Amino acid sequence: MPDYKAPVDDMLYLLNEVFNAEENVFSKIPQYNEVSNDLVQSVLEEAGRFCAGVLRPINISGDQEGAHFKDGKVTTPKGFKEAYASYTEGGWSSLAFSPEYEGQGLPRTLQVLVKEMISSANLSFGLFPGLTEGAAEAIEAHASEELKQKYLPNMVSGKWTGAMGLTEGSAGSDLSLVKTRAKPRDDGSYSISGSKIFISSGDHDLAENVIHLVLARLPEAPAGTKGISLFLCPKIFVNEDGSLGAPNTISVGTIEHKMGIHAQPTCVMNFDEAQGWLVGEPNRGLNAMFTMMNAARLLVGMQGLGIAEASYQTASAYAKDRLQGRAPGARETGSIIEHPDVRKQLLTMLGFIEAGRALAVYVALELDKEGFHPDAAVRARASSLVALLTPVIKAGLTDFGFETAVLGQQTLGGHGYIHEWGQEQFVRDARITQIYEGTNGIQSQDLVTRKLPLDGGKVVADFFGQIGNVIAEGKGVAEVLSLATQLEAALAGLQKITLRLQSGDLANPLEQNAAATAYLRAFTLVTFGWLWLRMALITVKKGAAATPHDKRKLLVGEFFAARMLPQVYGLFHEIEAGSTTLMALASAEF
Amino acid sequence: MTKILVPVKLVLDYNLKARVKSDKTGIDLTNVKLSINPFDEISVEEAVRLKEAGKATEIVVVSIGPAKAQDALRSGLAIGADRGILIETTEVVEPLNVAKILAKVVETEKPDLVFLGKQAIDDDSNQTGQSLAALLDWPQATFASTLVLEDGAVQVTREVDGGHQTLKLALPAVVTVDLRLNEPRYPTLPNIMKSKKKPIATQKIAEFGIDITPRLKVIEVHEPPTRKAGIKVKTAAELVDNLKKAGVL
Repeated sequence: MPDYKAPVDDMLYLLNEVFNAEENVFSKIPQYNEVSNDLVQSVLEEAGRFCAGVLRPINISGDQEGAHFKDGKVTTPKGFKEAYASYTEGGWSSLAFSPEYEGQGLPRTLQVLVKEMISSANLSFGLFPGLTEGAAEAIEAHASEELKQKYLPNMVSGKWTGAMGLTEGSAGSDLSLVKTRAKPRDDGSYSISGSKIFISSGDHDLAENVIHLVLARLPEAPAGTKGISLFLCPKIFVNEDGSLGAPNTISVGTIEHKMGIHAQPTCVMNFDEAQGWLVGEPNRGLNAMFTMMNAARLLVGMQGLGIAEASYQTASAYAKDRLQGRAPGARETGSIIEHPDVRKQLLTMLGFIEAGRALAVYVALELDKEGFHPDAAVRARASSLVALLTPVIKAGLTDFGFETAVLGQQTLGGHGYIHEWGQEQFVRDARITQIYEGTNGIQSQDLVTRKLPLDGGKVVADFFGQIGNVIAEGKGVAEVLSLATQLEAALAGLQKITLRLQSGDLANPLEQNAAATAYLRAFTLVTFGWLWLRMALITVKKGAAATPHDKRKLLVGEFFAARMLPQVYGLFHEIEAGSTTLMALASAEF
Repeated sequence: MTKILVPVKLVLDYNLKARVKSDKTGIDLTNVKLSINPFDEISVEEAVRLKEAGKATEIVVVSIGPAKAQDALRSGLAIGADRGILIETTEVVEPLNVAKILAKVVETEKPDLVFLGKQAIDDDSNQTGQSLAALLDWPQATFASTLVLEDGAVQVTREVDGGHQTLKLALPAVVTVDLRLNEPRYPTLPNIMKSKKKPIATQKIAEFGIDITPRLKVIEVHEPPTRKAGIKVKTAAELVDNLKKAGVL
């Protein structure tokens, strides 16, 4: 397996040249006063070295060995314990957390980029710190001061990990069906009883405690989503002095045997009158859980991107190295990268990866503004944009991420199908990212039915306006005229469909549902086009000072506009076909 | 108490393939990643381990080069060095001149030990440590693979042809380190952040009054010749003939 090299250059390019992060965002936020370009570079470089040197070497072996479940105990594959210890000792788990709970207080943007690197190096590993961060964020946002003081510092440091107990056998995408019960105890705590499935990092041997956040119903709670509360249940009780006490009555039923992420223990967790504490208000559990889920959805998007990057690195190195066949017009055997069709595979991968990373940085910077910008109006606008684009990041980056992993496998031919090259593992590992944290189908429903109507449609209009501004600029620049013109047409088509979904002939639940996945993909492609145009414009502006990296952006941007963006027209046709053909065949006939 | 001076150099990152400049005067360093010389990273790591074990009190990293050479100092500071000295120049400084400047730094800093990488991976000169020891008239041990600091002395195991040699040097002394001495740590996030606040004193090279005019002339730098395609022979006799012609038999 070729080595992984973190794409720090491209990340710094996005931060410094495309989005001017230090000047436009970090310097405006008092908490980030000390975040200089120089510090950002050091953090990304060292994170990249850590991921390549510590996490990547146990990726294939972890997949082969898998997590173990024996006598009620879960253990991780060889090397994971040591790697997790280096990860937490290195302070990486506390990167973006508030110094109030012993975090490093660095921007979310850095955290998002480090997540991409971790996902490239070892997706299974990344889920341990990833879920801990999500759980810690939900506790920070919704739990009582007492719970925060008791649990957060050790979760922030990574000494304890977190897990999310949402899904049950008959409550998956529809959490209103949750059956786990919570009974009040005399001391103000609760007894939680029920069984949760698909619990990533539910139990393991990496840390001494696991903090479960569990959705359950209080007695006489209203039916549906408005009757669900969130509880904190530690695997091991924490004494008043912070030391660990007796174990809680939480047990692992089994771990799942899955297509991918073998090193990650996906647990069935049984809560048998386990003691738990309410997080947030009674019956407002889903609201609290959404804090965790939004962070987790961004993480999952980065997983899709990270896998794609890792697969591309192997595929491009292989394509340059592999001597096979003669390229059209060539007289001698050459490397397969000379073949137009292989180039199409690699360029399609790049067309996604570099625009996907740009989108991630864009949203991450909005996330930093949402969290800490001193101007309330800036915070509100950022919050809306993050809400709009969260399903696009989650589903867009994982759908294209999976497709990219498949292309990267294809480039290697038979070697792509063999375990030792790692490409088939990327395909298997990427597949879950389209499924968990809300399937990509659910994400597209979220985009169409919840996010397009935000603020009466003004949020999406604001976003399309940003795209329109760059198109207008691009149309005045000869070198990017073709890219800008093609994007203009695609955006016009998307706006037309958007309007029909909001208030036209498609603005009803049936048509919206039928259109959603195609719509999200078209939305993603237009968004990528916007980012390619922005990058291409920078290349042109730099003129003679353009580096090879800059020049590459212009060429890949042109490829994207010519060969990837036109997919939107097929999607528009699909949406326009409406629900008729989907509903015609009777359910019994399937 | 022991104070350690660790000279470090910024070089082309060891992961990258060196490309020769089109005018063949040297290696092209524009728009490429530069990093701390890997052997120097090992010497900083060893100094930090001694400090963590309570055997050293202060670690000073020093680099000679352009403003960008600060990056090498910051890498050393992130591992755990206490402060840095940047001696600025945009000129090429040959190993003997580096040693002369370092000797001056030793005069002011008065370290008990100087740890250097055995060589820098850019020009592989392998001269600076030896020259420095000679100029200072200090004992030296090169290619250290283990190092034990004792009272007023350092015991060094060296990797030499045919085995290991163990030397005991009275302090102050110069030690150059080899690959197997230790495995440098990954800097922790809090240390990376702290390293940005550690002091770096900048001095101009002219202040040292050393003539740094190169004594060597680079005539041409070129890539290693690519291997020529082989030939197929029909018989063993033909093979032997060819080997004779090539002068190998």
